[in-house]
Amino acid sequence: MKKILVVDDDPYILMSLEFLMKKNGYEVMIARNGEEALDAVEKLHPDLVLLDIMMPDVDGYAICRHIKSSKKLSDIIVVFLSAKTKEADVKKGYDLGAALYISKPFSTRDLMKSVKELLQPTQS
Amino acid sequence: MNRAVVIASAVLYLALLFFIAWFAERLLKRKSVNLTQHPTIYALSLAVYCTAWTYYGSVGRAAKGGIEFLTVYIGPTLTCILFYPLLLKMLRISRRERINSIADFVAARYGKNFTLGIIVTLCCVMGIIPYIALQLKAVSSSYLILTHQHAMPGPGDTYKDTTLYVVLLLGLFIMLFGTRRIDVSEKHAGLVSAVAFESVVKLVAFLAAGIFVTWGVFDGFADIFSQAAAQQQLARLFTISGDGGYGKWLVMLLLPMFAMVLLPRQFQIAVVENTDESHLRKASWQFPLYLFLINIFVLPIALAGLLVFQGGTDPDSFVLALPLHFRQSWLGLFVFIGGFSAATGMIIVETMALAIMMSNHLLIPLLLSVKQLRPRQQAGISRQILFTRRFSIVLVLGLAFFYDLFVAASFSLVSIGLISMAAVAQFAPAVVGGLFWKQASKNAAIAGIVTGFLVWLFTLVVPTLTDTGLLPASIRSAGLFGLSFLRPDALLGLQLPDLLTHSFFWSILLNSGVYISVSLFSRLSEQEKIQAAVFVNILRDQPGTVWRGTAAMKDLKVLLHNFLGSDRANNLLQAYAQRHQIDMNKDNADPRVVLFTERILSGVIGSASARLLVRSVTKDEQIQVEAVLNIAKESQQVLELNKELKKKSVELTKASELLQHANEQLRHMDVLKDEFLYTVTHELRTPLTSIRALSEIIHDNPDMEDDMRQHYLASIVRETERLTHLISSVLNLERYESGRQKLHIESVHLNKLLQDVVASVQPLATENQVQLSYHSPDTMYVLQCDEDLIRQVVYNLVSNALKFVPPGRGRVNLRLHHGYDEVQIWVEDNGKGIEPGLHELIFDKFFQARNQTLKKPEGSGLGLAISRRIIEMHSGRIWVESKPGEGAKFVVALPFS
Repeated sequence: MKKILVVDDDPYILMSLEFLMKKNGYEVMIARNGEEALDAVEKLHPDLVLLDIMMPDVDGYAICRHIKSSKKLSDIIVVFLSAKTKEADVKKGYDLGAALYISKPFSTRDLMKSVKELLQPTQS
Repeated sequence: MNRAVVIASAVLYLALLFFIAWFAERLLKRKSVNLTQHPTIYALSLAVYCTAWTYYGSVGRAAKGGIEFLTVYIGPTLTCILFYPLLLKMLRISRRERINSIADFVAARYGKNFTLGIIVTLCCVMGIIPYIALQLKAVSSSYLILTHQHAMPGPGDTYKDTTLYVVLLLGLFIMLFGTRRIDVSEKHAGLVSAVAFESVVKLVAFLAAGIFVTWGVFDGFADIFSQAAAQQQLARLFTISGDGGYGKWLVMLLLPMFAMVLLPRQFQIAVVENTDESHLRKASWQFPLYLFLINIFVLPIALAGLLVFQGGTDPDSFVLALPLHFRQSWLGLFVFIGGFSAATGMIIVETMALAIMMSNHLLIPLLLSVKQLRPRQQAGISRQILFTRRFSIVLVLGLAFFYDLFVAASFSLVSIGLISMAAVAQFAPAVVGGLFWKQASKNAAIAGIVTGFLVWLFTLVVPTLTDTGLLPASIRSAGLFGLSFLRPDALLGLQLPDLLTHSFFWSILLNSGVYISVSLFSRLSEQEKIQAAVFVNILRDQPGTVWRGTAAMKDLKVLLHNFLGSDRANNLLQAYAQRHQIDMNKDNADPRVVLFTERILSGVIGSASARLLVRSVTKDEQIQVEAVLNIAKESQQVLELNKELKKKSVELTKASELLQHANEQLRHMDVLKDEFLYTVTHELRTPLTSIRALSEIIHDNPDMEDDMRQHYLASIVRETERLTHLISSVLNLERYESGRQKLHIESVHLNKLLQDVVASVQPLATENQVQLSYHSPDTMYVLQCDEDLIRQVVYNLVSNALKFVPPGRGRVNLRLHHGYDEVQIWVEDNGKGIEPGLHELIFDKFFQARNQTLKKPEGSGLGLAISRRIIEMHSGRIWVESKPGEGAKFVVALPFS
């Protein structure tokens, strides 16, 4: 079973994402802030991270950078979910090695489709 | 020697002169290389002093008077060395005043007097035409010697034709290179270069002759001198003979000293053509060296001539005759060319100088005074001036030629050189006195020069004329009108050893005497005073600094009055005079006052105009105060216009600065607005995301558990409320900031208002397990303010505090505090506190949003910004006092009135 880490400081978003991922048959872990996220990434090594950018302590970019710069973690697929919609912000996300950058608010159906596609190759 | 060869050589030589002059001019024009800017060229051109008369004549004089001839050269040498400051002064004056001749110099010194210019010019013409004629005669006689035609041919003979051709060629040369420009204070680079070249030629030729005689004919100096010493009548030549006496020596010394600068050609070369003052310093040893070199063989040649010819040949021709006697015809030709160059050099410069004087002081004034001749256009004037100058050249050369042709034949020309010098020496008192003595007056100069010149005429020229029978001999023997004290060679019965000494003594004595005594009794005109100051003070004037001349005190006062008003002008002058202890009652203003005036005026109208104005009072001819005032008024009008323009321009600059500032502000606000919009939309996205996600889940999962569905729906409602709150906050803020929000001012009971707020948030506090306390003070605070808005602020602060304190042990305390002239509302909490660096920033819009580390799940991020805006609208203040870890205290201070 693929493991997905959901990182967001908004409880309602966290709630809906957790529900969606479970519904689609993934193992879900949640982190409410950057610290928790880094901890979870190290300990649980998820296959994919749904990552918010604006968080109280460590921001999403820093977490992504950490994942991609670590040999052990670099195979983790990072998908940004952010309200930051400026072109520069999106570019920065991709430059840091994200597989996808999804702007908030997003369609849950599209999100699931993308997540499934991203996790497909290793499934077969 | 073959005549054709001689003539061809002379013509070739003249052609070379033309080439050199043309080349020098071309160099100056094409490559801006000015040959005359070389100090040695200057020194060499000064050697135009050595004419054919010295070239041939000094040997003659040495043959008669021994080493006495040297005095003629010691004089200029002393002049160069001793009179350096005097020459420097003349140079500076001439440059500043654009003086172009000795006549101009004298006239300029004495108030730019018209009559003086004419007198000096006439004296020069009368004294110097014979001198030029002498040069022509030297050319023709040397030509005769060279071609072995010793007999004196009559008029119309070939040699006279030769002289005529020489005169014509020289005239052409002078016209070509001496009248290129109308402005005669311009330099003649070509002409001067050619003259310098001539000086080299005559020196080399004379040295060649000397070397040939000394070592070719004899066995060196010792041989000549010992042979001469063996003959008794030659031995006396080695010492200064006693018969002339020291008086004669003195005269022979003084005369050339004056001549060195007063002869028109010397003045032309030394002063007018000077390109650089520093050349004078170099020339003061180079020129004496030249004189030493050209004289070194004079005595040997004279002695050799006497020994060889034993009185059979005119000593004046020894230089030429000796080489010819020893069959050295080519050397003879070279010596002839040397003499020719000495003669032509003198003729060229002297003629040009005289022509300039004649045209400027005699012909042009005449031309301008005759209405019919007066040209109507500027171009016409310059053409006419050029024509006049050329005509003058023709006139001078023509006079010299005819003098040579008709007068010279009938009497001796031997001492013409000295007689000419004696004539120009008459300018000495006026020139030297004028340089040092301010009291010297125009009338004194006229009287002195006329007196001196008449005495010169009577004591030097008249005897020459009686000797040749042109005047009755009785004048000389019995005196003029038979009055014995009017004998030309013994005025008042005073017998002096020779005519020259006698003439010089009387002419200079009477000249100076008249000059001094008339000066002492003269009242100077303004113009004279001004010019006197210019000439006497010239060296005190530092080059490059402002004009420091002298002006009449009243003129300066009028100037200052016109610009400053009489009170202020008087005050300033008085203060300045006191500070520098200057006597303000003198007619002539102290130079310092002139400078001071100029400085003051500079402050008013700018330095250029001030200089113009002050100079016009200090310098220009009879320019009258009225004319000056016209300039003044004009410049004042211009000044006012300028001021107006300046003011307008300042205004414009200010306006444009304001616009620029406004523009920048707008741009800045635009950036802020963009940022704000971005932040707002960003803030809207978060609740929208939740709402959308939750709705989609509910929609896509009809089989959800009811509890969960209920929970999700409640969440959607809360997020919608959040959205609504955010939107209304944004709208509120926009309303407050734009000023569209009007305050509804009424008497508000603050104690009660706070009570209401506490009551309304109590449920929330309870929910969060926070202890909220408020103790209403005994004092009742009633304030004029907008109740709703103030309540909103307090509500914001309290609910914020509730959010930031830890649940369970959190405490929020509300208080009213009496300040100095204000009432303060305190909202204290025991949360984690705020870093000092952020105390200001938290009041910014969306501060939280832009600083992720502070992002809180709730709140619009606009609460504090809105609160600040509301408090500012009430002329109050809002701030936070906090240390990290020690909670925070928000203070709202509202003024009592």
